Amino acid sequence: MGEQQGSSPNGVHYKPVTLDVEFSGGLETLFSNQRSHRIQIPAKDPSEQPANLGFLVHYLCENLMKDKRKELFVLEDRIRPGILVLINDVDWELEGEEGYLIQDDDTILFVSTLHGG
Amino acid sequence: MEASLEAENEALKKRISELEAQLASRINHTSFSFQQSRPPPNMVNKSEVKLSPEEYKRYGRQMILPEVGIEGQMSLKRSRVLIVGVGGLGCPAAAYLAGAGIGTLGIIDPDTVENSNLHRQIIHSTSRVGAPKVVSAITYLRDLNPHPNYIPYIEPLTTENALQIMAEYDLVLDCTDHPAIRYLINDVAVIMNIPIVSASALKMDGQLVVLNNPPGTGPCYRCIWPRPPPVGSVVGCGEGGILGPVVGLMGVMQAVEAIKIITMNPVRDIGRTEMTLFAACGASPFRCLKMRGRKAECVACGSPERAEEKITRESIEGGRMDYVAFCGGRVGVRVLQADERVSVAEYKRVMDSGVEHLLLDVRERTQFGICQLAGSLNIPYTEFEALKCEDSEAEEIKSMFRDQPKDRPVYVICRLGNDSQIVVRQLKEAGVFPDNRVFDIEGGVTEWARSGVAGEFPEY
Repeated sequence: MGEQQGSSPNGVHYKPVTLDVEFSGGLETLFSNQRSHRIQIPAKDPSEQPANLGFLVHYLCENLMKDKRKELFVLEDRIRPGILVLINDVDWELEGEEGYLIQDDDTILFVSTLHGG
Repeated sequence: MEASLEAENEALKKRISELEAQLASRINHTSFSFQQSRPPPNMVNKSEVKLSPEEYKRYGRQMILPEVGIEGQMSLKRSRVLIVGVGGLGCPAAAYLAGAGIGTLGIIDPDTVENSNLHRQIIHSTSRVGAPKVVSAITYLRDLNPHPNYIPYIEPLTTENALQIMAEYDLVLDCTDHPAIRYLINDVAVIMNIPIVSASALKMDGQLVVLNNPPGTGPCYRCIWPRPPPVGSVVGCGEGGILGPVVGLMGVMQAVEAIKIITMNPVRDIGRTEMTLFAACGASPFRCLKMRGRKAECVACGSPERAEEKITRESIEGGRMDYVAFCGGRVGVRVLQADERVSVAEYKRVMDSGVEHLLLDVRERTQFGICQLAGSLNIPYTEFEALKCEDSEAEEIKSMFRDQPKDRPVYVICRLGNDSQIVVRQLKEAGVFPDNRVFDIEGGVTEWARSGVAGEFPEY
């Protein structure tokens, strides 16, 4: 919610992007058993491109995921089959998938599909 | 005297319902016919249906709703709904649909009632443990509402029978528990042009989505999940646990969606598919997600680039679709050699002989709290799993056993004998115990309980 940190006056650094990342359907167990995380990510990826969802996924793997079983979240460099990604409660396929540019205060939800019944 | 008469009465009732089920099953199988395609459910079966005075009273409270009305009630009575799986989802869904006055309710499930089902599968009963679930369900439903035509199928839904069975219905409820059968239901429903009300649940969470609705317009299961999840990521209620009312809620919501589809004409919100998430412990327990539409290149409902990938009646009937293989086959871990495993009976002898050893129980702490073998050390499997692929894996595993003597044999036990094998392999590779006398106890505490080697032990 509050003010962002890390802004810099001269444009060499960019204001980080603040967003909510949420996990459901059991994925939260890979992220310290916490369903919702308010995080800040750099506004640009290492190649100076604006942070998109592909970069966010990579960032989460490197920085937020304590569990070592990366394959339960990412497989062959993509979100593993069976996980849905929602951008502000809308299927990411309607928003450009990995290419979607992260905005301040976005909510990105990762849902693992359940099969029990 | 009275008690024995009652018992006999009960036994006879049970027998009657079984025979009725068999009879209905036979009639149903001889009278099937294929239809090429079918219009949406609320358009079919224009045949005249009438409500008896008793039915006017019975359904009055829902008929006075403008969303239902007499037309809606007639649509319900004309409709034919198939419920695949009469477990945690299927039980409440079947009860509400039967209560609402669905004309024909087909129920398919190969399983029998177990007492571990009863905390959530609420239309079965303690007295019907051991009976086919389909028979048990229909016994309850007929008592609730004698008007619907109940069609039992005491068999699994397979590539051999799915087209034949689903051809008889206008709507299918997917109340199953494995992705392989969910893909099968989807593919056949797309071919038959019927909508699917799909739900699932695990632990404290549930998911609900209506697919192929209206048929040919809304996305299908494969549009949303084109690739099956890796085997290791699929967890069932038996392993992961499930809260009864959570799965019940999802089943009740399936009944709501089914009634909406059957009674609403024309179908509203064409082209917009939503998925409802329920998380009992989430900050906002209900969430509605806007899902993608149909995929033009979907192998089930679209036109794939490579035309031979298109799923057709022929590819299913011809046995070219192996759903189990598509979803990665059956889970059953086999990572150890025979001489690295001992039976529960062999371990009992070790225990009785008084030989110094370490018994390592790798179940989760909650499960260990339910029951445990004397003198066992509990380190959950997930703690081993979390160390996998780490450079320091061996060192960290060694440090877990810092305080344990290293000169005695180690026996590893879990719930079913899968996780324990993996931990045995990890312990050996890390070289925690220099002489590597590390053994897996086959079948875990479940086998320990079932075999009765140590007298009474709870099975959960």
